[in-house]
Amino acid sequence: MSVEPLAPQLDISRSAEGVTVTPRGRWNVQGLANGRGGKLAHVQVEGLKHLLAEQGGSPAVRWDLTQTDALDHIGALMFWRAWGGGMPAHLRIDAGHELLFTHFSKAAEVPPAARFDPLAVLVFIGHELFRFADHMTGFVRLLGQIAIDLVRFARKPQAGPWREISANLYRSGAQALAITALVGFLIGVVLSYLSAKQLKQFGADVYIVDLLGVAIIRELGPVLAAILVAGRSGSAMTASLGVMRVTEELDALTVMGIPQGFRLLMPKVVALAVALPLLILWTDAVSLLGGMVAAKLQLDLSISYFFNALPGAVKVANLYIGVGKGMVFGALIALVSCHFGLRILPNTESLGQGTTSSVVASITVVILADAVFAIAFSNVGI
Amino acid sequence: MKHSSDPAWDGKYVIDIEGLWTKFGDFVVHRGVDLKVTPGEIVALVGGSGSGKTTLLRQMLGLETPHQGVVKLFGQRLELQDRDSLQALRNRWGVLFQEGALYSALPVFDNIALPLRELKCFDEEIIRAAVMMKLAMVGIEARHAAAMPADLSGGMVKRIALARALALEPELLFLDEPTAGLDPDRSDSFVNLIRELHRELKLTVVMVTHDLDTLFELSSSVAVLADQKLLIKAPVREVIAVPHPFIKSFFLGDRAQRAIEVIREYPFVV
Repeated sequence: MSVEPLAPQLDISRSAEGVTVTPRGRWNVQGLANGRGGKLAHVQVEGLKHLLAEQGGSPAVRWDLTQTDALDHIGALMFWRAWGGGMPAHLRIDAGHELLFTHFSKAAEVPPAARFDPLAVLVFIGHELFRFADHMTGFVRLLGQIAIDLVRFARKPQAGPWREISANLYRSGAQALAITALVGFLIGVVLSYLSAKQLKQFGADVYIVDLLGVAIIRELGPVLAAILVAGRSGSAMTASLGVMRVTEELDALTVMGIPQGFRLLMPKVVALAVALPLLILWTDAVSLLGGMVAAKLQLDLSISYFFNALPGAVKVANLYIGVGKGMVFGALIALVSCHFGLRILPNTESLGQGTTSSVVASITVVILADAVFAIAFSNVGI
Repeated sequence: MKHSSDPAWDGKYVIDIEGLWTKFGDFVVHRGVDLKVTPGEIVALVGGSGSGKTTLLRQMLGLETPHQGVVKLFGQRLELQDRDSLQALRNRWGVLFQEGALYSALPVFDNIALPLRELKCFDEEIIRAAVMMKLAMVGIEARHAAAMPADLSGGMVKRIALARALALEPELLFLDEPTAGLDPDRSDSFVNLIRELHRELKLTVVMVTHDLDTLFELSSSVAVLADQKLLIKAPVREVIAVPHPFIKSFFLGDRAQRAIEVIREYPFVV
């Protein structure tokens, strides 16, 4: 059924008085595009264009547009272009169809694209700098707002947003247990499996406990959990704030006199600062379990030996550093996510961009902070 | 009409709905709805909240399938078409969504050019001329062609969405709440615009609307959905005469009085 019986065509007849062009068939989008477009239709359109161009140039040609089965703007446009942007001298046309052509004279041309400006690069850099400065001031303002809210919370804890904190704790803490366990276990297995081979070469099998213990508790556990939480909970926080902006919920809160900072943002920061250290302990434990299992299989290192050697191999300071990192990472992820969430404009494009930037920025910030920790505590616990 | 040179369609009804049932779980929305729309009509679909106007519109568009019953557009059932003929059929109508539904990632120009480009048979020169003409038709200045939808006001978004709906010169136009969210001045000019386009392009229009002004000024007939059925589909004067509680409150409530004034002032429209 997609092949229409009334395809557009041109009858060109020559008589004593000259050439007469009579278009027949359906000269509308449906006819020209053969219903749904595609390659064949393209060939058809190009062919007609060619034929029209041949005849369009000469003013002596007579045009009879009364024999078409249908004519619409696109069809009319093809004639209009062949005529060089004006009506031909000898034209027969229905009054109704003549109306179609009136629009072309009214339509404006596309404004030409802006030419390359050598200053544009400078302007671009300037814009980016201003944008960065804007981000920084916004972030500092948010930090100040959260600090004020925390003081208010500390003064009167009984009037605090406990329900919100609890909800956030559940969402970004409890619900993240499964994924952090899975990833942690696998990383433990991989790390143990690979280092076991190297250690075996030196006959230093028993040091697998030291290696896994320090690496996981001090570094891998915290960073792994933080990155997972940044991707999982951070993006969710940004997106939910963004959607609240799009649906004007943020404005509704302000209008009701419910402070955004105290009821919406601070609970997220507090909850993540509490949840992430706990998640880190959980990830540490599961990773060590994975390492233990792999060591048992690969090096035949007994589980009980692993348990006995661990306290001696890893100083407890490492655990404190790991948990301390967790609190800082958690607060940072929540702050960055809220910062980007609040900057989302009320449209869907901005929502997607904001969420992406938020995740990228929070992971970057976590790794930056981790580097600072590594330098600051380089003498502690090793 | 000459437009409809289509072997599979007798040209009688553009839309032909018979015995349509819709259920959400156990909740019945439509209990045997019949609706026929002839070429050139402007049908306004009205009904209370939850009466299933939007659902019916979505079923006509093939976005939802009814529980039971037949929906035919241009004499053909959408769910029985293969991919190619469904696409060919879909190119015959345009839809103006309530919020415009412009693609936010594309500038205005590309939004309107998209359906034409999808056909892959017109060159960029034709497409550019066609887009600029459509923009001029809906009264949008050329300088806005490069703007992104997010930077435009609601009224402009609607006009541009209308230009996009008209890009393929459709025979049938669906309008979902065409004047919702526009101020009275804007909605008047929008109504005028649609009326002009209807006259010029000989469109068939199906619209869902709550706005009585739009309904009185534009529609050639009104289809009333109530009690899970199509109560009546007739010119507005005949509809008003029907003694049904919904019709009474819809047309003859306080809110309706201003619109009645319109009908007295411009009796020739209806």
